[in-house]
Amino acid sequence: MIEYIPQWTIDFWNWFPVDLQTLLIILGKIILILVPLLLAVAYVTYFERKVIGYMQVRIGPNRVGFFGFSLWGLGQPIADAVKLLFKEIIIPSQANKYLFLIAPVLSIGPALAAWAVIPFNREMTLANVDAGLLYVLALTSIGVYGVIIAGWASNSKYAILSALRAGAQIVAYEIAMGFALVGVLMASGSLNLGAIVEAQAGGFSSWFIVWMLPLFLVYFISGVAETNRAPFDVAEGESEIVAGFHVEYSGMAFAVFFLAEYANIILISALTSLMFLGGWLSPFEGWSSLQGHWLAEASIFWFLGKTSFFIFCFLWFRATFPRYRYDQIMRLGWKVFIPVTIVWIFVEGVMVVLKVGPWAG
Amino acid sequence: MTLDALNYIVALPEIFLLSMTCVVLVVDVSLRDAQRNASYVLAQLSLLGTFLLLLSGMTDARIYAFNDMFVQDGMADLLKLFVVAIVAVVFVYSRDYLKGRSIFKGEYYLLGLFATLGMMLMISSASLLMLYLGLELLSLCLYAMVALHRDNGNASEAAMKYFVLGAIASGMLLYGMSILYGLSGSLMLVDIAHAVTQTGSTDIGMVFALVFVLVALMFKLGAVPFHMWVPDVYQGSPTAVTVFLSTAPKLAGFAIIMRLLVEALGGLHTDWQQMLVILAVLSMAIGNIVAIAQANIKRMLAYSTISHVGFIILGILAASAEGYASAMFYTIAYALMSLGGFGIIMLLARSGFEADQLDDFKGLNQRSPWFAFMMLILMFSMAGVPPTLGFWAKLAVLKSIIHIDMVWLAGVAVFFSIIGVFYYLRIIKLMYFDKQQDNTPLQCSTDMQFVLSGNALLILALGLYPTSLMVLCVSVFT
Amino acid sequence: MTFTDFIFFAFSALLLASAMGVITARNPVHSALFLVLSFFSCSALWLLLEAEFLAIALVLVYVGAVMVLFLFIVMMLDINLVQMREGFVRYLPVGVFFALCLVGIMIWVVGDFSAGVFEVPTLQQAVQHGADYSNTKALGRVIYTDYVLPFEIAAVILLVAIIAAIILTMRRREMTKYQTPSKQVMVKRNDRLRIVKMEATVEESE
Repeated sequence: MIEYIPQWTIDFWNWFPVDLQTLLIILGKIILILVPLLLAVAYVTYFERKVIGYMQVRIGPNRVGFFGFSLWGLGQPIADAVKLLFKEIIIPSQANKYLFLIAPVLSIGPALAAWAVIPFNREMTLANVDAGLLYVLALTSIGVYGVIIAGWASNSKYAILSALRAGAQIVAYEIAMGFALVGVLMASGSLNLGAIVEAQAGGFSSWFIVWMLPLFLVYFISGVAETNRAPFDVAEGESEIVAGFHVEYSGMAFAVFFLAEYANIILISALTSLMFLGGWLSPFEGWSSLQGHWLAEASIFWFLGKTSFFIFCFLWFRATFPRYRYDQIMRLGWKVFIPVTIVWIFVEGVMVVLKVGPWAG
Repeated sequence: MTLDALNYIVALPEIFLLSMTCVVLVVDVSLRDAQRNASYVLAQLSLLGTFLLLLSGMTDARIYAFNDMFVQDGMADLLKLFVVAIVAVVFVYSRDYLKGRSIFKGEYYLLGLFATLGMMLMISSASLLMLYLGLELLSLCLYAMVALHRDNGNASEAAMKYFVLGAIASGMLLYGMSILYGLSGSLMLVDIAHAVTQTGSTDIGMVFALVFVLVALMFKLGAVPFHMWVPDVYQGSPTAVTVFLSTAPKLAGFAIIMRLLVEALGGLHTDWQQMLVILAVLSMAIGNIVAIAQANIKRMLAYSTISHVGFIILGILAASAEGYASAMFYTIAYALMSLGGFGIIMLLARSGFEADQLDDFKGLNQRSPWFAFMMLILMFSMAGVPPTLGFWAKLAVLKSIIHIDMVWLAGVAVFFSIIGVFYYLRIIKLMYFDKQQDNTPLQCSTDMQFVLSGNALLILALGLYPTSLMVLCVSVFT
Repeated sequence: MTFTDFIFFAFSALLLASAMGVITARNPVHSALFLVLSFFSCSALWLLLEAEFLAIALVLVYVGAVMVLFLFIVMMLDINLVQMREGFVRYLPVGVFFALCLVGIMIWVVGDFSAGVFEVPTLQQAVQHGADYSNTKALGRVIYTDYVLPFEIAAVILLVAIIAAIILTMRRREMTKYQTPSKQVMVKRNDRLRIVKMEATVEESE
C-alpha cells in the first residue's frame, strides 16, 4: 500500500519531529473512532424513534431526506443537529454561569474518553491499557458530575431534585456494577479488555454469559440505570420534574447532554458484549461444519452486531416498561442486585476451587 | 509464601474474636427486640472464649507473626487479658442500664466487641500501620457508641466533639508517623528504633515526629492540655458507654505509648521525658483542682481521670523498667477503680433517672449500706488511701520517680493528690452523713450486684496483697 | 525537558492551583469541585509513576463515589456566606499574630536552613519497568501476603463504619411516612374492592 503514496508526502511526514508524529498518529486514531461514534449516536436517535414508532404502530420520522428524496427519513438527525446548533443558549438568571456551561462538557467528556480502551478486534484499540476495565469503570462513574453540576448550577428546583436523584441512583448502581465485574475478573484473571475477550475463546459455551448469567443481568440492568434510561429515568422524570437536570438547557448545550446519553448507551452495550458475549469472537467458533467459513471467524462485525443488539434492548425497554418509582429503584439496587452479585461471586469462588466450567483447565 | 509462614496461630484469640463478632452480627440481625438477650449472651461467650485462648497461649517469649507486624509478648498477654475481662464486666453492668433507656440493641455489643478487637491489635502492634489501624478501629467504635442514644442531645453533642477532636488527633498521629517513615524508611517499630539510635537524639526531624506522635497520644489519653473533650464526652454519653471508654481503652492507650515511645523512640527518651514532665504536672493540677468544682459526678470522674492520666505519665517518664511496670500497675488499677465507680452510678440509675449528680448519692448508706461501703472502697482507692489498690499504685509510681532523682516532681504529685482527696471524701460524706433525698429502693439484677461487689472487693483484696499483681507487672519488663 | 517532564510540571501546577482553590473558593460547592480536580491531577501524577492501578482507583473511589456524596451534602446545605464571613476582619489580627508566632518558633527550632535539616540528599528516579510489568498484579501480590493483616483490619474498619452509619441513621421516627412494598405487592382485589349488588331503580318523574 505504501508504494501508492507519493514520495513528497512521506518526505513531508518525516520532516516532523518524532513527538509530533506520535501526537498526530494518536489524534488521527481518535478521529477515526470519534467520527463513526458520533454518527452512530446521531443515528441511534433516529433508530430509537423508528423502533419505538413501529412498536407503537406508528411510522416514526419519514419526511426529512436528502436532495428531495425522503429516504425513510434518514436526514432527520442531521436536520435536528442543525436546528439545535442555531438555537440560542439561554442562561437562567442567578445561575452559576461557568458551571452551567461546563456541565455538558463534563457529561460528554467521560462518555467519549472511555472509548480509548475499547478494543474493536484483536488489533484495533487506541490504548491497550493493562487496567482497562478499571479505567472504563472510573470514567463511567464520573459521568454523574455533568448531571449533578447541571442540576445545581441551573438554580432551579426541578433541576436540583433531579441532580440528587441521579447522584444517589448512580452511586447505588455502581456498586452492583462493580461487583458484577468482579465476577468477570475472576474468570478472566485480567483487567485488560482484550484479555477478557480472549479468555472467552472457544465458541458460545465458553462465553461468560453462560457461567455468570445473574451477573450479566445485574450488569446490564445496572448499565441501564447508570445511563438514566427508561425504566430508571427518574432523573429526567418528565411527568414529575419536567425534564430534570437539563430543564434549563437549550440549543447546543442541551444537544451535548443528549449526545452524552446516547454515547453512554452505545458504550454500555459495547462493554456488555465485550465482557459477557465474547466481543468480536464468533459463537460458531470450533464448529467443524463451519470450519474456515467466515461465520466461524472472529471479526469486528460480530462485535458490532452484538453491540447493536444491546442498543436495541435499550430502546425495547423504553417501549415496554413503565417507569420505576424512586424507592423501588433504590430497593432493587441495594437489596436485590448487591446480594445477588455477592452470592454469585461466592458461587464462582466455589467453581474455581472445584475446577468447574472455564476453570477446568 | 505459604499460610504457615504468616505464623497466624499467634493471633488466634484475635481471629476467634473477629469470627465470633461476625457471628453475633449475623445472629443479631435476625433477632426480634424481645430476644436481644441472645446477642448479649453470645457476646459474653465470645469474650470468654477469647479470654481462655489468651490464657492458653501465654508465653514469656517475644513472638512475631504476620511478617513481623504482630507481636506477642508478656506485656501484650497481660494487658489483653485485662482488656477482655474488663469489657466482659462492662457488658454485665450496662445491660440493665441499656434496657432502661431503650438502647438495648445488638449494636452496643457489636461495637464493643469490635472495639475490643481494635484494642487487642493496638496492644500487639509491631508496625506503625497496625498501630494506626487498631487505633482507628477502636476510635470509630467509640464515636458510634457515644452517639448510640440518638434522641439525647447531650450524647449527640458529645459524639460530635469526640469525633472532631479524635479525628484531629488521628491526623496528628499520621503526620508524625509519616515523618518517622520518611526518616527511617520503614514502618516496623524495630527498624525505627534502629534508625533512631543511628541518627541520635539530636536529629531535629525525629524530634518533630516525636512531637506530633506525642500530641496525638496525649489527645487520645486525655492529658492536659489535650483534655478538652474528656469531661464533655464522659458526661454526655450514656453511662454504659462512659464506663466502656474510661476503662479498657486506657490499657490499650498505655500499650501504644509503650510501643511508640519506648520501643520505637526509646532513643529519644531525653526529649520526651521533658515533654512528659510538663504534661504530667499540668494534668495532675488541672484534673484535681477543677474536679472540686463539679456537681455532676460523671464530670467529676472525668477530671479525676485526667489526674490519674497524669500519674500514669509520671511512671512512663521515669524511662526505667521500674517506671514502666509501675505505670502499667497504675493503669490496671485505674481501670478497675473506674469500672467500679461508673458501675455504682449505673446501679443507682434507673429508667428515666440518671443518678449523675453528686446529690443523688446523699444518704446512700440508709438505702443500701452494702453498696455505700463498696463506693467507700472505690473512693478511698481513687484517692490513694491505704490499704487499697490505689495507694500502692501511687506509691509505686512515686518510688520510680524518686529513683531517677526527681524528688521535686514526686513532691508535686503528692501535693496534688492531697488536693484530690477532698472531692473523693466529699462523696463519702454525702453517702454517710447527709440525709437521703431519694427513697426508691435499688433495682438491679443479681448478677450485676455480684460482679460489682466482686469488683470493689477485688480492689480491697489487691490492696491488702498487692505483690501478686505487682510481680506480674514487673516480670513483663525484665 | 522531555514530554514526560512537561506533563509532570503541568499536572503539578494544576494540582497546586486546584488545592489552593479548595481553601480559597468562597462557595463550598466550588471548593468540592476543586478538590475533584486536584484528585484528578494527583492521579495523573501517579500514572507517570506507572502506578496505574492506584491512579485509577483514586479516580474511581474518590472522584466517582466519595466526592459525589460529598457534593451531594454540600449542595443541600444552606450556607449563608455573609454570616460566615462576619467577624473575619475582627479576628484577623489575632490569627495573624498566632501564625507569625508559629512561624517564628519554627524558624527558631529548625534554625539555620543551610544546615540542611530537611534536605533530601538526592532525588531518586522512579524505577522504570518493562511493558509486561503489571502494577495491579504487584499490588495484589503484596496485599495478600505481606500486608494481609492490615488489609483485613482495614476491611473490618469499613464494616464498623457501615454498622455505625446504619445504627445512627436507621430509626423509626413518629412523623415519617413510608411504604412497605412487600405489603403493596401482596394486596388482593378483595382488600380494595367491594362489589355491591343493587336493585335497579327507576326514578319517578313527576
